[in-house]
Amino acid sequence: MAWLGPEEWQAVALSLRVALVATAASLPLGLFTAYALARWRFPGREILNGLVHLPLILPPVVTGYLLLLTLGPTAPIGAVLESLGLGVAFRWTGAALAAAVMAFPLMVRAIRLSIEAVDPKLEQAAATLGASRMRVYFTVTLPLTLPGIVAGAVLAFAKAMGEFGATITFVSNIPGQTRTLPSAIYAFLQVPGGEASALRLVAVSVFVAMAALALSEWLARRAARRVQGA
Amino acid sequence: MSLSVSLRHVLPGIALDVAFEAPPGVTALFGPSGSGKTTVLNAVAGLYRPDMAHIAVNGDVLCDTRTGTWLPPHRRRLGVVFQEGRLFPHLSVEGNLTYGLRVRRESPDPTEFARVVAMLGIGALLARRPAALSGGERQRVAIGRALLARPRLMLLDEPLAALDAARKTEILPYLEKIRDAAGVPMLYVSHSASEVARLATTVVVIEAGKVVRTGPAAAVLGDPALAPAGDRQVGAILTAVVVAHHEDGLTEIDAGGTRLLLAGLDTGAGTQVRVRIAAHDVILSLEEPRGLSALNTLPGRVTALHPEAGAGVVVALDTPAGPLLARITRRSVDRLGLAPGTSCHAVLKTVAIAPEDIGQGV
Repeated sequence: MAWLGPEEWQAVALSLRVALVATAASLPLGLFTAYALARWRFPGREILNGLVHLPLILPPVVTGYLLLLTLGPTAPIGAVLESLGLGVAFRWTGAALAAAVMAFPLMVRAIRLSIEAVDPKLEQAAATLGASRMRVYFTVTLPLTLPGIVAGAVLAFAKAMGEFGATITFVSNIPGQTRTLPSAIYAFLQVPGGEASALRLVAVSVFVAMAALALSEWLARRAARRVQGA
Repeated sequence: MSLSVSLRHVLPGIALDVAFEAPPGVTALFGPSGSGKTTVLNAVAGLYRPDMAHIAVNGDVLCDTRTGTWLPPHRRRLGVVFQEGRLFPHLSVEGNLTYGLRVRRESPDPTEFARVVAMLGIGALLARRPAALSGGERQRVAIGRALLARPRLMLLDEPLAALDAARKTEILPYLEKIRDAAGVPMLYVSHSASEVARLATTVVVIEAGKVVRTGPAAAVLGDPALAPAGDRQVGAILTAVVVAHHEDGLTEIDAGGTRLLLAGLDTGAGTQVRVRIAAHDVILSLEEPRGLSALNTLPGRVTALHPEAGAGVVVALDTPAGPLLARITRRSVDRLGLAPGTSCHAVLKTVAIAPEDIGQGV
């Protein structure tokens, strides 16, 4: 990618790292939350469902500000993290956190739908054959939901790549630290003569999005073929 | 094996209140659809928590609501065969068959695996996915999967109900083999008299959530007063031994000293068979019939008459081959003047006895 300037390349690399980390780190929690919402009946289920979906409905700026209020350097939790050297505000890890929070509802929705499509009777049959709940999950539910998990992860990755509002509010727009691809495009558009850089980054955005989509289609088809065994 | 069940559970539309003891062998839960048979089986399997229950296998308590004892399904060691098979679509046939031992981390026994695969005739299917199997093959794999998990008791929930008649006759011999060769005790839920007649040693009749009768298969199914699941299900069970095969495709059997001819049997001479004679396939005649196409005629004596709700009467007879039932019209009873003690001849059409009514073994 020689045609990208160092500043532009920095933004692309940062965005890829932020999106990958955000997706990978939130996947286990996403799997658990999707399973709980799909299969368990517990008090507060609707509240959890609402909380998960909140970032989808709230203005991103509000989500970013709420993150700042709880995890910012002067906020109670943020201060503790900061003293432990784990502070996230104004760092690339904070950008990953903001992206993960924003992408979480999309990931959970896709996985939850695929879990709901698994016949609980198959899970019952597995239990009668001697599988504990945990083993039933790993030997039956998880393999059967693989296409949905792939779809959810790719969707979350794409969303994380494009996250702007919450990120810029929570971790600002520091080159090399928190200036992700959308933030960089925004910044280039603010300075005279930045249009060319912005356009190049737009092209990268389009390419990454298309590639992610194609990859997810391919993976999902492969997983579905394995599951149906045709 | 002995299974002891005492269960109360209220579901929308049915209040279940059953208690029975199942001795070793095959115990059939027999009754019309919606009578609660499957709910009983699911309670034994541990698929739901009953309102009140005490369930024990060989004295090992699986569930006792009074003491709060509850063994989760994966620790009950019961092999369940469901009506729809429920094979895992993402695993090959072999993966399905070995699933039980794999999840329990028990070491597989290649001899045992080969024996079960051979017994069920599924050796050629091992690499296939369930989606590529026929209904009958799927059910055989489901039976093998349950059997290979080394259960102390097999629970079969209408395993043949979703199959057509040809597939049923394909699978019944395998179940007989499991009963006779593998010696695994079974609880078998069915609403089909022919299946129950072929397989069961003990029959528990369930109607509207209650046990209405328990006893040996021949006694329960041959009781016209019961007429369990609809009138076409009434029939007597004869126990016989295969004597010889004739060149014209007929098989001669010996039932209590009387020779009978059946079609479509391929077991060797000396094999024990159980033959269910449906009551509506038996014709009665006062004199020994002549010039009739039917091949089997048995002399007998009327023991009882059981009028049905419609125009029919079920006539119970004593014959040298064993007790028989004949379902004829009230008008015929009047015309022939049948009454307890009347001598008559029972006529059985050879071809009316379907292959699915002929079972092997005891």
